[in-house]
Amino acid sequence: MTVEAEVSELFRAERGRIVATLIRLTGDWDLAEECVQDAFARALECWPREGVPQRPGAWLTTTARNRALDRLRRSSVEAAKLREVVATPDDSPGVEDDGIGDDLLRLVFTCCHPALTLEARVALTLRTVAGLTTPEIARAFLVPEATMAKRLVRARQKIRNARIPYRVPPAHLLPERTGGVLGVLYLLFNEGYAAGGGADLSRRDLCVEAIRLARTLVASMPDEPEAVGLLALALLQDSRRDARFDHAGDLVPLDEQDRSRWDGAQVEEGVALLDSALRRGRPGPYQVQAAIAACHATAARARDTDWPQIALLYGELVKLVPSPVVRLNRAVAVAMADGPAAGLALVDDLADEVTGHLLPATRADFLRRLGRGAEALAAYERARALAPTDAERRHLTRLIGALGG
Amino acid sequence: MKYMLLICVDGDIEPTEGDPTIEQWLAEVGDRRLDGSQLRSVQDATTVRTRGDEVLLSDGPFAETKEQIVGYDVVDCADLDEAIRIASRHPCARFGSVEVRPFYTG
Repeated sequence: MTVEAEVSELFRAERGRIVATLIRLTGDWDLAEECVQDAFARALECWPREGVPQRPGAWLTTTARNRALDRLRRSSVEAAKLREVVATPDDSPGVEDDGIGDDLLRLVFTCCHPALTLEARVALTLRTVAGLTTPEIARAFLVPEATMAKRLVRARQKIRNARIPYRVPPAHLLPERTGGVLGVLYLLFNEGYAAGGGADLSRRDLCVEAIRLARTLVASMPDEPEAVGLLALALLQDSRRDARFDHAGDLVPLDEQDRSRWDGAQVEEGVALLDSALRRGRPGPYQVQAAIAACHATAARARDTDWPQIALLYGELVKLVPSPVVRLNRAVAVAMADGPAAGLALVDDLADEVTGHLLPATRADFLRRLGRGAEALAAYERARALAPTDAERRHLTRLIGALGG
Repeated sequence: MKYMLLICVDGDIEPTEGDPTIEQWLAEVGDRRLDGSQLRSVQDATTVRTRGDEVLLSDGPFAETKEQIVGYDVVDCADLDEAIRIASRHPCARFGSVEVRPFYTG
């Protein structure tokens, strides 16, 4: 590996942890990020000449800390803050030695504090923990760069001004706060997955980051089955990424995907993680969703899919998350297990609650399978009018064509 | 860190049987509460504006909303989590809302 490649690998793997440590030492988020950036730049200068140090993570942390110290001295901040940074010895627990640092977990929980808006939590996590640039995040969330920059500044100001604590929450708050962190990672993954096409790499990056952060969280909280469930879910979904779109960038439905293009290693890991989570006997929405994803991922052919089991799992999920979208998905599974008439009865109950193209598209499919062609056509056309992306519109156009519309 | 808790309620204060009382809350908060009071109704409020040299007075609150500030408490807490915990235990948080506002520092 070249030094450049090694530095960029370290940047991905270690940056969040080093920033987290610098934030703990200085209490200054901007200073922390800048000094870590400087440390990586120094590494690019020095390492080709002097060789890569034995503990590169520790070298980077020390360099960033010294840089912060330097800048704090020059700006003559309050003596107490300075003493704290000075007092931390150079070889404080090495980044390589303490596994996943508490500092990083502290940073994740601070970025995901419920006193911040959900958008701010996601943006701040991407910026500070995952190290994405502001333009990258703005692009991924389809908002102007200035809007995203403002959102990030506001979030950091609130952390400072309202004194949102920089710590892993105490035990009594942990369950609800962990739920919030998992929610942010789930949203992050879905932002990347929903768009997902090979055309937009920045969105694909969101999936990669979400999986990486979920791994970090699992490593820090191995006893939290929902964290493991979320990681399993993300891996199982992501295993299909290469088969979900055809060469034209069009969405390929699950039952038509070339299953040999699914990522077998990822499926295997996802299923193993799910098993270990379920063994703890504390099921939750992420574990149930992962179980559903696993049913799909382990069916050798589309017709081997265990739909009765999936319908049963959706029944459990509806109890945990009674949202219209979950109920819509349950209707699809019930239609596969018990026939389209059973599914149609369930979606008709949802008519007033679900907006967007999914409900008419699902209804259309049930009607088509019941042989009610004219009604199916009308529902497909309604779905096409509401579809949010070109790929989905093209997919619906094909279905309309197949019905003779 | 000082926080202002603005106690907001829509309509009359109607505590439910068995809910903790304000006395219990005060005992729980102890000396972290520096100051606080119930406020008279918005019907007794006067809003003052100065425009140029003119002082304009109007009867009532500055904003016509259903939810009104009925009281305030100033608390001194280690961080926002502690302030949120104290606010969440305020009797009015059960049927109204409590806005937690940090004070300016330095």
